[in-house]
Amino acid sequence: MNIKLKIWRQPDAKSNGRFETYPLNDVSSDMSFLEMLDYLNNNLIKEGQQPVAFEHDCREGICGSCGMYISGRPHGPQHKTTTCELRMREFKDGDTITVEPWRASAFPVIKDLIVERSAFDKIMQSGGFISVNAGAAQDANSILVKKKNADEAFDSATCLGCGACVAACKNSSAMLFIAAKVTHLALFPQGQTEAELRVKTMVAKMDELGFGGCTNTRACEAECPKGISISNIAKLNREFFVAKLKE
Amino acid sequence: MNGIFSSSIGKKLIMSISGLFLMVFLLVHLIVNLMLLVGNGETFNRAAHFMATNLAIKVVEPILALGFIIHIIYASIITLQNRKTRPIGYINSSSNGVTSWASKNMYILGGTVLIFLVLHITNFYWKLKFGEVPTLSVDNGLIQMEDAYSLVSGLFVAYWWFDLIYVVGALLLGFHLSHGFWAAFQTLGWNNKLWIKRLEVVAYIYAIIIATGFSIIPLYFLILK
Repeated sequence: MNIKLKIWRQPDAKSNGRFETYPLNDVSSDMSFLEMLDYLNNNLIKEGQQPVAFEHDCREGICGSCGMYISGRPHGPQHKTTTCELRMREFKDGDTITVEPWRASAFPVIKDLIVERSAFDKIMQSGGFISVNAGAAQDANSILVKKKNADEAFDSATCLGCGACVAACKNSSAMLFIAAKVTHLALFPQGQTEAELRVKTMVAKMDELGFGGCTNTRACEAECPKGISISNIAKLNREFFVAKLKE
Repeated sequence: MNGIFSSSIGKKLIMSISGLFLMVFLLVHLIVNLMLLVGNGETFNRAAHFMATNLAIKVVEPILALGFIIHIIYASIITLQNRKTRPIGYINSSSNGVTSWASKNMYILGGTVLIFLVLHITNFYWKLKFGEVPTLSVDNGLIQMEDAYSLVSGLFVAYWWFDLIYVVGALLLGFHLSHGFWAAFQTLGWNNKLWIKRLEVVAYIYAIIIATGFSIIPLYFLILK
């Protein structure tokens, strides 16, 4: 298939960016989106041009580094899929595909399609952990956890931290990300000791770093490659109000 | 409670509680207004007289005004703050198939409802409270009440375009509530995977009742009178 790519090019964080259009021929429909970008970059290097910078690591949908805004949607048009797992068969011959970096003041562009996502790390450092000496691995079932809690915690723990929720939200809110982390840790006995402090510090950090507030549009849930539900946000709100009321 | 209302979640809590309060008011307001469709107007006049003179209602009235003001001010604060979070937008944005138009345009919808509200207050509330409205004597002269029915019917029968404005106002309000209702519960934390679906259904039913209920009144006067 032959396609046209309209890609955001920005040499560095301080420079202004612009869109460049690249025609690309003989693209296999079996290629992943990232393989297609590799193919484009090979051509650009051969022509003596700067390759398109994009973030990637595992290429199997578990690391969350390959986020980009493809044809108007985070991670592209396929539901519950990361960019690396998106295949070119999702597009048609002759398509013009727009590729933009995540847009949020909390996620500034470093180069081309790569954004600085360390704001998520700062939020995690503010409270997204359990401060206990875990020691050696516990015997099975020595700490009992309800099956319902274990399942819900697992669903929340699938969050990759890719930033699609922030990219999709019209307010660039990080609520789904924080909600997934708070819910995941609050459902386990080990995480409950610090639950109140955790939710307060993580929400305060989110506000401080310039993410917006949640207006319940559900865009985050719709675009999350792991399909994390906004019921996590409701739980985050509950945890936050209870923690604040106990102050 | 330290700093709860300065946090992004706390500000939404204010929106949620004030919104729920206003939604209760809308239901009461609709029930009273539907009495316009009953009989020759005496039922509505008696209801309007009760609402204007009852002590409990008089106490709630300034709280209601405060509810509106708080809801509007916090909506403006939240919207302004949220708009700062994306200085460069996307050139291509496609629908995800889930996000409703109303949820993305709550501030614009709220703004148009506010314009309608000002017009509505000018048309009726202001005239009843501070203007000259003819009074009626009922129950052998024991009760002197304002002829609110004639004020409403007079406007809706004489000006077809006011009927149209009121129908549009009711529809805009309906859209605002179709998102606002369930979102208020989501913000309060009363939600999970099961309740999201239930609350969304109740939100649509509530929004349809309010939009249809308030639309029927001007249409009744336009068509049948």
